[in-house]
Amino acid sequence: MPHDHHDHDDDHALLPPDPALRVKALETLLTRKGLIDPAALDEIIETYAHKVGPRNGAQVVAKAWSDPAFKERLLDDATSVCADLGFYGRQGEHLVAVENTAEQHNIVVCTLCSCYPWPLLGIPPGWYKSDAYRARVVREPRAVLADFGVQLPDGQAVRVWDSTAEIRYLVIPQRPEGTDGLDEAALADLVTRDSMIGCGLANTP
Amino acid sequence: MTQAPQPVFEAPWHAQAFALAVHLNEKGAFAWPDWAEVFGVVLAEHGLTKELDGGDDYFLAWIDALERICTRKNLAEAEALAGLKAQWERAYLNTPHGDPVRIDAG
Repeated sequence: MPHDHHDHDDDHALLPPDPALRVKALETLLTRKGLIDPAALDEIIETYAHKVGPRNGAQVVAKAWSDPAFKERLLDDATSVCADLGFYGRQGEHLVAVENTAEQHNIVVCTLCSCYPWPLLGIPPGWYKSDAYRARVVREPRAVLADFGVQLPDGQAVRVWDSTAEIRYLVIPQRPEGTDGLDEAALADLVTRDSMIGCGLANTP
Repeated sequence: MTQAPQPVFEAPWHAQAFALAVHLNEKGAFAWPDWAEVFGVVLAEHGLTKELDGGDDYFLAWIDALERICTRKNLAEAEALAGLKAQWERAYLNTPHGDPVRIDAG
């Protein structure tokens, strides 16, 4: 094994990057003051790393595609409808569902920071948090969509929804052609994360 | 699903910083809109000098915002944080590789 270190790097524990040390300092101080519980931090990380993700939102969309009455209720009051399905809690308190139609395509951003419907989609991807997306999608949504490989018909308007700490949006993508016989589980497999942000379309079977 | 799932958090400290804000909010240390406001301001400040890519730089802003909101609300003191950070750094450098890294209880 190549071994060309000139100092004693191998002898001590690997020094974490500077921001990691800042987080450790915060965690230590707040724990000592009794303001936080380290076990709760682990639980939060476990939840978002492994349990909550866009499959939740996909179930909601598939149900909306399959059941017109459900879709009406979802469009009317997404917060309580999603809560009934067990999708509620952090950053899901005020959910609004917006439906893509032949006339209008919806796309979601948070220009302030990175507000996002966690219970339905999990933690946002890096690009959602980037300056490039946050600034550009408002100015030129069609160009951003093109970057995602989405070309909309000229007659389809694009509406950009700016999330806030109070309101989070879920896009209900258009149901793809050729899915008439599919059940909810099969439909949910076609619903991508990006399609629920409005940066993509649902997959075709 | 044809794409391999991406890790939700690219680095452990991203996850730890994220969890700290969520947990503090749930413990009532601050309301989420207060957090979003401070974080939004920090993101805007950071974005003045470079275009943020939503990765490390996003979570660096997250940590700046955490420190700012915690000091403003008197949950944490800047000096205490600096001292603990230095203690952790020394602990890593002085702990034999493979041993658990600890600092003395304050």
